Parts: sequence; structure tokens; C-alpha cells
Amino acid sequence: MSPALIAALPFIGACLPAILIRTGRNHAAMAAGLTSGLALLGLLLHLPTVLAGGVVEAKFEWLPWLGLNANFMIDGLGMLFATLILGIGLLIILYARYYLSNQDPVGQFYTYLLLFQGAMVGIVLSDNILLLLVFWELTSLSSFLLIGYWKHLPEGRQGARMALTVTGMGGLSMIAGMLILGNIAGSYDISVILTQKEAIQSSDLYLPALILILGGAFTKSAQFPFHFWLPHAMAAPTPVSAYLHSATMVKAGLFLMARLWPVLAGTPEWFYIVATTGLITMLIGAKIAIFKDDLKALLAFSTVSHLGLITFLLGLGTKAAAIAAVFHIVNHATFKAALFMTAGIVDHEAHTRDLKRLGGLRHLMPVTFVIGTIAALSMAGIPLFNGFLSKELMLEEAAHTVWAGSAWIVPLVAAVAALFSAAYSFRFIAHGFLGPVRDDYPHKPHDPGFGMWASPAFLVILVLLIGIMPATFAGWIVDMAAGAVIGEAVHTHLAIWHGVTPALMMSVVAVVGGLILLAMFKPLKALWEATPRPEAKVIFEAIVAVVQRASDWVTAALHNGSMARYLILFTAGSLAAGVWAWSGGAMGPPTREMLPVTPVAIVGWIMLVTAAGSVVAFHHNRILALVLIGIVGLIVSVCFIYLSAPDLALTQLSVEVVTAVLMLLALNFLPKVTQRGVGQMRHVFDIALASVTGLGTGLLIYALMMRDFAFPTMSGYHLANSYNLGGGTNVVNVILVDFRGYDTYGEVIVLGIAALVIFALTEALLQGASSRKLIAWRPDVARAGDKHPIMLLIGTRVMMPIALLVGVFIFLRGHNLPGGGFIAGLVVSIALVMQYMASGFAWTQARQKVYYHVLIGLGVLAAGITGIGAWFAGKPFLTSAYGYVKLPGLEEFELATAAGFDLGVFLGVVGSVLLALGGLSRLARRAAVGAEPVYAHIVAEKPEARSPEELNPFPRETLLPKRFAEARGYTSARNDDAPPPDDPPKPKTKKKKSKKGEAQ
Amino acid sequence: MEALVASAIGVMTAAGIYLILRMRTFPVVLGMAMLSYAVNIFLFATGRLAVNLPPILDHAGAETAGYTDPIPQALVLTAIVISFGMTAVVVMLSLGAFVEAGNDRIDLDEEEADQ
Repeated sequence: MSPALIAALPFIGACLPAILIRTGRNHAAMAAGLTSGLALLGLLLHLPTVLAGGVVEAKFEWLPWLGLNANFMIDGLGMLFATLILGIGLLIILYARYYLSNQDPVGQFYTYLLLFQGAMVGIVLSDNILLLLVFWELTSLSSFLLIGYWKHLPEGRQGARMALTVTGMGGLSMIAGMLILGNIAGSYDISVILTQKEAIQSSDLYLPALILILGGAFTKSAQFPFHFWLPHAMAAPTPVSAYLHSATMVKAGLFLMARLWPVLAGTPEWFYIVATTGLITMLIGAKIAIFKDDLKALLAFSTVSHLGLITFLLGLGTKAAAIAAVFHIVNHATFKAALFMTAGIVDHEAHTRDLKRLGGLRHLMPVTFVIGTIAALSMAGIPLFNGFLSKELMLEEAAHTVWAGSAWIVPLVAAVAALFSAAYSFRFIAHGFLGPVRDDYPHKPHDPGFGMWASPAFLVILVLLIGIMPATFAGWIVDMAAGAVIGEAVHTHLAIWHGVTPALMMSVVAVVGGLILLAMFKPLKALWEATPRPEAKVIFEAIVAVVQRASDWVTAALHNGSMARYLILFTAGSLAAGVWAWSGGAMGPPTREMLPVTPVAIVGWIMLVTAAGSVVAFHHNRILALVLIGIVGLIVSVCFIYLSAPDLALTQLSVEVVTAVLMLLALNFLPKVTQRGVGQMRHVFDIALASVTGLGTGLLIYALMMRDFAFPTMSGYHLANSYNLGGGTNVVNVILVDFRGYDTYGEVIVLGIAALVIFALTEALLQGASSRKLIAWRPDVARAGDKHPIMLLIGTRVMMPIALLVGVFIFLRGHNLPGGGFIAGLVVSIALVMQYMASGFAWTQARQKVYYHVLIGLGVLAAGITGIGAWFAGKPFLTSAYGYVKLPGLEEFELATAAGFDLGVFLGVVGSVLLALGGLSRLARRAAVGAEPVYAHIVAEKPEARSPEELNPFPRETLLPKRFAEARGYTSARNDDAPPPDDPPKPKTKKKKSKKGEAQ
Repeated sequence: MEALVASAIGVMTAAGIYLILRMRTFPVVLGMAMLSYAVNIFLFATGRLAVNLPPILDHAGAETAGYTDPIPQALVLTAIVISFGMTAVVVMLSLGAFVEAGNDRIDLDEEEADQ
């Protein structure tokens, strides 16, 4: 199986549990297990190759010019880690199936777990540090979901946030470090970087890169002083803790250090930073772990301590130490996962994991006791268990390490840490399982079913096998992985007995000392409680609060909610940028002759400038301003015609009409007069800013127009090929539907989205408080006497077919003459809008059978399908073709596939314009409900929004013959005593209407 | 001719900027419409001005000389339609704000500060 597929499988599989959870938790668990199992199988098929020293690769170019390639490789180190991740993941999936309760959303759990698993596998199989960074961030994000899985627990949410903050910050630091590293090495591929040891270590940037990369590794692997997040992440369900903190998340940092060990290690900087940090972490973690009463907290700090141990070994920079580190990674993963799962079983069965409330479980939970004891003894470093072997290797290395000229400090600290480690391991056994059986457990504990203890049992069998026969069961794994770390073939001789060495003496001291510590636990604990110590969470939250206040302050200072201020800043900023750019360069002399100024142009110019000036001068009178801006728009259209752009003129003209209707609809509600709002100073400033900006823009475009293009543009290509390739003589239209069809496609979609946004806003305004405000709204100016003038009504209805015909005509000629989908769409929209204006919304809507949403959808679909059609001809998306068709009785005519695309544009434009304008009219109709004296017979155009009474086709005041009223159950008969409405109903017309109603 | 077009663009830009700095929504909408005109002609003018040279080929395989620049026209054509969409959204937003808030101011703070 390709390494890329192995990394992708968990991500693909992550979809399954989320879907399958509807059919039951067993199916979800099984799908997750099968995915992991399949990936593991695919991985292990490569084992023979990797054991023989080979590297399995899969390379895909992603963004090669950035150096970001999806390159994957399986070498010894990647093999070891991927096996741990997938293998322990499989055990966790089984364990979690029995651990999680019925109330937990199990589907989500498995989805998150697989996402996390995929991210981890991606890290260890990446052969590109940029790709590795992507997966690195994914582990931070997916672990956030896992740690915060119990969303109802505040500790869970806080722990998840803290983990994300710390590891996320580390990730940022690592991105910087990796970029420097890749820059020094000249490649972002790990296999290339690993060959550049001399170049990297001699670079001036080695130390910054090292510190930044270690920032990422230390935060992820919970090294001092970033160790505090790990215990708080224990608020997660135990399967998550067992997975994240034994084999995966926290090992990612170690993996990275091991991965880059060949190029980064071996320098004094590396030794003093990494080994020292590891040593301190090992000691501090172990010390705190002794005094933790919560089983999981104890294990969390022991994890911190063991991670420190491995970091220390990697930091030493010697080959033997690197081998020991790899060996301990294996051992720690096995015994720590088993211990976490044991703690989970105890918690699950006894409903507590507080050591003060436990004890005596040996008799009640014999199976769990055996599993937990074996794992804990391994952690303590007792011979015949695997923890002993690697710990002894560590002590051996420590014994002859000289730190800053002192030969005794490292061995001493290591021995003390080992002693503490033995102490908390013994305490785990003694206070949890030994001692008398108590009668005050929150819940009567007993061994769980096989499904729950199978996973830890499997792991402790490994602990024993490796512990007793290390060369048989682990030697080759260590050789394989350590060989990849060191970069040369390794043959280790793992054995239990090395003779009486300093390391053995230190081990004996540690075990005996651990037992003594346990015996004196009570007074020591009292002393511990009495000494003040910094509380990491409080400090962390204080720092977060300070940062948050600072960011609030900056945000509030920059964003005070004044839009005018943003616009002033934006305008002034653009202006300053323009002036700066202008002052920096030299300008050549004008190369074009100015076109002759004609009288027509002068008249147009005078009208435009006058109209624009008048808009500014009279903008307080909004209706007048609207008329004036319409003049500006018309002159702009004429200007387009004059300057050889017929398509633009047609478009501008039709857009002018719909924009005017739109603004009028808005003005229906908005105040008709703008009040003067700003002070004198501000006013003068605005005028100055606007004038300077206008002047700058004018000068810029003048300078541009007076000079020829510096290079030939692509217009020549478009003009030359418009007919050959696009089959049309109107080059603008061919560019729109063919050469740059993709752009147009996007623009139609954007227009459709804008219309849908308007629709959504309308829907929101038609509900709740704003709907009541609309109903209570009263017009602030006198209404026209005649709502639907008969001249307009007849005129628009007669014009309708003609207008539609014009639309079709413009659409069809578009490819060769001015016109096309955009313009035709606008023309048809105007024809329809005129119907709404003349005959009223309800009348038109009743005759309008297609929803405008559907029209937008159809438009996008038609354009898309036309584009996809090109695939079947083996061409890229939106390649057009054309041919000539001869039908009997007609002239031969041309047919281009671009017409299908243009039809999509047409439908999209019609749908969008009418949906937008329709939204505004719906608001007006809602407002009219309360204002009109006669009960509106259609309140909303949506049938489901009408109440039964509104469904009655006859307004309340309609004069109906009594028998009809009774036959229709019309309870509220006309009340003749009521004061006549504003507009007294004319009996004659109403009767006519009612007859019409009967006929229907 | 170029001077006329350039000065017209300048006047419209200035008018647009002045209007968008007003304190009520409707002038801002008008100002954006005015700025759209200015920007559209600006973009169109980057193709250089031409009189009586439409971008319609005389016949198939015609010479490419003697036509106007079609690319800015194609860009501006869609820009006109999109700016209508934008204007519609802004109008709707201002209307919604007016209905919800009962007034059409765009920022309270500065307004109150000025009074």
C-alpha cells in the first residue's frame, strides 16, 4: 500500500463512524477498527523492505515552486512510530467501545480519533517538512476535539483550550524554525535535509532554527516549562489520555527530535538545551507524580517524567543514547498505554480514581490487578519487565555524562529521578490495589468484561516478552528505528544482565529508595502539602488574561465602530500609497496624441460634471439626488457608446433602470431627507480629502491614457482568435463566454449569492420584532392617488411580449453583435419589473410560476453543464466549440456551445435581479398590511405563510350576497355601522369582482 | 478628449468619496454608486480611448488592427453587473438597519461626539 494511502486512510475512514453511528455503536467502532487495521496491514506489508534497510517512498508534486510536495516515506523510524500509532490506536478503539457510556456521542469520538490518527501517521510518514507542519497543526486541532470531548465538563474545555494554546504556539514557533532549516538546506524534503549536516551546523542561523524547532517539540512533548498542559488534558476520557499520552501526541515532539537528530544533534547547543531540559523535566515530573492522588494525574506526571527521560537521551547526542531513546519509546508506549487503560478500568468500575479512596482492589479486580502491576513494575524499572532494560541503558549513559565540567551532577539527578519513578510506580500498586478491602467505594468494583481488559492485557504481554527476551522481541525493531535515526546500520545487543555496572547499582538504589519513600509517604505528603508551589493553571490563565486585555485594547483602539473613520483611513491610506508610489518613479513623456474634443463631448462633460456636483450639493433631498445620479448614469452610458463600447453602454443603461427601481423601493422606507450630521471642521476636512483623492485619480488616469502600453497586451490575441477559436465576431462577448468564461462563471455565481443574501436578509426582517415594526410603519409622505395607473398598466402589459422579444433578440445576436446574456437578462428583468410596478406585486406574483431561486440555480447549472460538456470532448472545462447548422427553410446559421453558457448567464441575471427587487417589495407589502384600510387578500406570496382567514379570496369589506357569505363560512360579515375606510369601496366594482370570484 | 474623461473621473471620484463620508446610509449608497461609475470608466479607460472603433470584427479572419481594446470592456461589463449586486446588498443592509434601529445613522459615536 502506498505510504500516502496509509496516511490518507484514517482521514477517509473518519467519515464512516459519523455516518454509521445511526446504525449503532458497534458498527461505528467496527468501521474505525477496520480502517485502522487496514492501514496497519498496509504498513506492515512494507516491513520486510524496511527491515532490509530500504525506504518506501511516494512522491506527489503539490506546490513545487514553494517546495511543498506531498512526499511520503517509510523508513525505520517512521515504521516504528506508524506501527505504534496504528497498533495502539486499534487497541484503543476496542477499549473505547466498552469504556464510553450510552450517553456519549460515540460516532463523534471515533471520527475525532481517526482524524487524530491520520494526522499522527501523516507526521511520521512525511518526507517534507512543510507537509509535516500541516499534519503537525492537524494534530493540535484534532487533539483539541478529543481532549474537549466531554463538552459538558468545564475542566475538559479548559484543558482542551490550554493544550491547543500551548501546542499551537509551539507549532507557530516550529513553522519559523522549519522555514529557516529548509532555507539553509536548500530543500524542504527531509531526505535532502538529512544529508546537509555540515551546512546546517555551520550556519549562523543554526541556533535560531534549533531554538524555534525545539519550541515546537518541547511544547508538544510537554517538556519543562511547558509541561503544565499535559495533566490538564487528563480531563479527556481515558481512552483519549491513553492514546495521546502514551504513543502519539506527546511522542510527536520526540519523533521530530529523533527525525532531525542526524542534522541537529551533536553540538554543545543541542546538548545543553535538550539534555538539560530533559533532565529537569524527568526530575520535576517524577517528583510531582509521587504526590498526586488522582490515578490519571499520577500517570500524567509520570508521562512528563518519561518524556523528559527520552528527551535527555536524545539530547546527549551519542549513538548509544539515541538507541536507548528509541528503545524507551517502544517500552514507554506499551506500559504507559496499559497503565492508562488500567486507570480507566478502575475509574469505570469503582467510579473513582482517587488513591485516597481506593485500595484493596487486588481481591475485587484480580485481572486488572495483574495487568496494572506488571505495567507499573515495568515503569518502576524492575528486571524482567521492559522498562528496566531501557532505564538501565539511560542510567548507563547518564553515568558517564559530564555536564559543564561536573561528572557527578547528571548521574545524581538521573538516579534521583529513577528513585522517584520507582516510588510513584510502587504507590500506584500499593495504594490502588494492595491493602485491605474497603467498604466505602462509590461503586462496588469488579473486573470488567474481556472486551475492556483485552487491550491492556495484550500490551502487558508485550511488556513481559520484551522484558524477558529483549533481543528476540525488540532487538530488531530497535535496530531498524535507531538505524534510521543515526543514519547507519545498528546492531544492538539488548540483554538483561550486563554484570555489575554503575547503572545496575543506580537501579538498585532507585528501587530500594523508592520503597523507602513509599514507607514514609504520610509525613512526606504532609510536608508536600505544607510547601507552597506555583500553580501552573493560575499562572497560565493570568497570562492569557493579560494577553486578552492587550488585544482588546488594541482592537478597541483601532475599531471604534465608526464607519466614516474607517473610510477616511482607507481613503487617506490609498492616497498616501499613491503619492508614495508616484514620487518613487520617473515618468516618460506622453506618447499618444490627445483625441480631438468634439462639441458633443463637451456637452456631455458639462452635464455629467453638473449632475455630479448637484448630487453632492442636493444630496439632502434624497429623491432629487436619485434623479440626478440617474443623469450621471445615463451620461456614463452615452460615454460608453461614444468611446466604442456598445456592449457596455447597453449594460450600463439597463443596470441604471434596475438600480433606480431598487433605490426607489428603499426610499419608500428610508427618510426622504438627510439631516446634516457633522461639524464644520469635519465637513471641510471631508471636502478636502475628497477633492485631493479625485484630483489624484484624475491625474493618474490622464497620465495613463496619454501613454501607450509598455508591452503588447493580450488583446491582439483575443482579436485575432475570437473568430477562429470562439466562433464570434463580438470580441467582448467571446471573451466573456469563452476566453475568460471561468471568470464569468464565477461572477454569475457571485451575483446569485448576492441575491440569496438579500433574500436571507428579507426573511430575517420579515420575522419577529422587525416584522412588527414593519406592520406598524406608516408612510411619511402622501401616497399617489392611483396605485396602479391604468395607462401604465396597459402600456406595460402590451409592451411585455415586445420586451421579451427584444431580450431574445439581444441574447441571440450577442455572439456576433453587441448583446449577450448579461444584457438580455437585464432587459428581460426590466420587462418583468415593470409588471410588478404597474400591476402590483400580488398580481404579478400570482402569474409568475417559477421561483427566482430556481432560476439562479438553473443558470449556474446551465453554465456549469455547458462547461463540463467540454470534458467529453477531452478538452478543459469551458472550452467552447461551434459549428454551422442548415435547417430547411432557414438560412445557414451558426451554433456555438457558448450559447448554452450565455443562457446560464442570462438565467442567473434574471433570477438575481428579480430576487433582489422582490425582497424589497416583500418588505413594502408587509408594511402595507397595516397601512391599508382594506384587508389585503394575499399577505405574503408564500402560501404557507397565510392564515386561513387570509386565504379567503374576498377582503373583509367586500359586499357579498348573504348566501355566498354563509356558504363560504364567512363569519365576519360586513359591518355597515363601522366608519367607512379611507377609500370607500365602490359597490359596483366589488360586485363585479365577486362575480368573477364566483365564476372561478 | 482624454482630459475631459480624466477630469470627469476625478469629479465623480471626489463626489463619491464625499458622499460615502456622510453619516447616513442613503448618501453612502449614492456615494458607492458614484464611485462605481468612476471606477468602471477608469478601468475602461486603461484600454485607451478610441472613437468609432468598436470591438466587433468586420468579417471572419479580419485584420486585428483598427479595433478598440476588448479586454477592459469585458472586465467592466461584468463589473457593472456585479456592482449592481453589491449596491442591492448594501441597500438591503441599510434598510434592515433602518427598520431594526429606527434611524439610518451609520455610526452613533462620532455623531454624538460631534454634537
